[in-house]
Amino acid sequence: MDWRLALDIAITHLVTKKKQSLVAMLGVLFGISMFLVMISFMTGVNKFLEDLAMDNTPDVHIYNPVEVKNQTIVGLEAKEVDSGSKHDPAAWYVVHHQRPTDELPKIKNAQYIFAELEKLPGVVGVAPEVTTQVFFNNGPVQIQGNINGIDVKKQELLFGLDKKMDEGSLDDLLKGSDVIVIGRGLAEKVSARTGDRVSITTPAGNNLILKVVGIFSFGITTIDDVQSYATLATVQKVLQHDRSYITDLNIKLKNMQMATSFAQNIKKELPAQRVEDWQSANASILAGEKIRDIMTGVISFTLLLVAGFGIYNIMNMNIINKMKDIAILKATGFQGKDITAIFLFQSLIIGILGGLLGLVVGFVFCYLLSRTPFPEGTIIRIDTYPVNFIPLHYVLGILFGFLTTLFAGFFPALKASKIDPVSILRG
Amino acid sequence: MIPILKAVNIIKFFKDPEPFKVLNEVSFEVFKGQFLSIVGKSGCGKSTLLYILSTMDTDFEGGLEIKGENLRQRRQNELAQFRNENLGFVFQFHYLLPEFTALRNVMLPALKLGKYSKEEIEARAIEKLKMVEMNDFAKKLSSRLSGGQQQRVAIARALINDPAIIMADEPTGNLDKANSSRVFEIFRRLAKENHQTIITVTHDLDFAGGSDHIVEMQDGQIIRA
Repeated sequence: MDWRLALDIAITHLVTKKKQSLVAMLGVLFGISMFLVMISFMTGVNKFLEDLAMDNTPDVHIYNPVEVKNQTIVGLEAKEVDSGSKHDPAAWYVVHHQRPTDELPKIKNAQYIFAELEKLPGVVGVAPEVTTQVFFNNGPVQIQGNINGIDVKKQELLFGLDKKMDEGSLDDLLKGSDVIVIGRGLAEKVSARTGDRVSITTPAGNNLILKVVGIFSFGITTIDDVQSYATLATVQKVLQHDRSYITDLNIKLKNMQMATSFAQNIKKELPAQRVEDWQSANASILAGEKIRDIMTGVISFTLLLVAGFGIYNIMNMNIINKMKDIAILKATGFQGKDITAIFLFQSLIIGILGGLLGLVVGFVFCYLLSRTPFPEGTIIRIDTYPVNFIPLHYVLGILFGFLTTLFAGFFPALKASKIDPVSILRG
Repeated sequence: MIPILKAVNIIKFFKDPEPFKVLNEVSFEVFKGQFLSIVGKSGCGKSTLLYILSTMDTDFEGGLEIKGENLRQRRQNELAQFRNENLGFVFQFHYLLPEFTALRNVMLPALKLGKYSKEEIEARAIEKLKMVEMNDFAKKLSSRLSGGQQQRVAIARALINDPAIIMADEPTGNLDKANSSRVFEIFRRLAKENHQTIITVTHDLDFAGGSDHIVEMQDGQIIRA
């Protein structure tokens, strides 16, 4: 079969019916471009939220939770025990509403655990932290906040904290004692600028003056409004604890997808500590991601299906209009497969051209969206809509366009090849 | 002499709306270079017979041989190939492809056959158009041509692969006197000069009268041959 002849006839048909071909092409164009916009935007949102979460979440986080022991203390009245072996529930002593014991929230033996963790395979590094709540005093007003004592070098290396600095540098923490960097929102609340001093009150009631050497921002209001960082030694001093006082260990893994299994293994070794992987720490974000993925899938499928039906209808109509031509081609020696090829070529040309135009239009829409300012929010700070530009999506777009039109065009083309020329030619 | 086309005991039923025997044991032979006309009243089965002879209608009983080849066992695609190479068609309503020029219409069956290069096919097509005096209209869209002109282009198309047999279903049915005699002259010449076989179905008694041989049909049977 000479496919070039079939292609030639297909192109002649398309060119003579310009309007109809254009409408069919617009259907594909619309489907593919909207598919691209959908998938680029949705994955953009996913990536943005994930990055945001991961900025503030280590792959695995070990800490000592404040826990209320949930078991109930039960005792039996001595007399009842004596009287028989049967336990009468009415005679039991039950202690409700227990209080937690006065236990320091530090990780016991932290130095040793830290050293052991660093040796494990799959671990890039471990950053120790001391976190505590403090009050920042702004005149008579007390503002709640947190101070995280960090190992500056480790934190930079593992979590890139230095990249969040708006003013000053994280390394300035190492240059003096009693210095901190604070979040942008917190800085506004305590009306402090770089170089100013702020007064803090610890939970134990101690007052201290710390010097602000930098301001950072994550873009997440709940962090920027309360968080501040200082060196481990500074926070240990603020809390009046010794150098072994560590409340958190943040682990960075080579492969963050291994976090769950890694956390489970560590948990066996550290029954007293809470070991949390980033997935469970960000469960709500991951759930949102899943929902957006499903939504993207459903809408994309619908768009392509609609485009496919458009082509199916137009090709069917086209074939009904071309019955006489098909009959004459068959009479003069064209075989069924030649006819199939002619009409399949028509829908594929529509699909490929429409798809390519769809990619261009989709890209333009994506670009415009990525330049559109995002409305000012209170929870997260973001300048424009997050849009991903991933070449794979464009490949998928053209592939889907091709497959959709192939399917949609196949059945009408097959129908055309089965037309009985005699019944048409005899009238 | 060996017949170029041989039909043996052809029986054909129409099943819709109720079984009806259109052709009842029709047998006849046609020889090379013969100009044959099949005549008869409407509904006598002459068109049905022509479409069976054309290999397009395969739903019948009996034997069919063209150029010594038995065509009964062939599949649709093989028959299409056979038609492309050995048979030319002219229909009552001229049936050109409206999107293509006269020249392209003539070229299509040859392009399908693929025996010659595109340039040769074009030269041959122009030659065929010259033969039917349509070469001046070669570059015109076929939908812009008049009925008589279209019919002559259709004849040129039927000739492009130099088929052994040219079949025509009422070729003059839609034409005026002048165009009819023109078509007749072309057929006459093809049979005489090119020794191609012509089989036409016609109502036109003048047309039939000019042919070599007349087959008259009535109620699905040949009554005079």
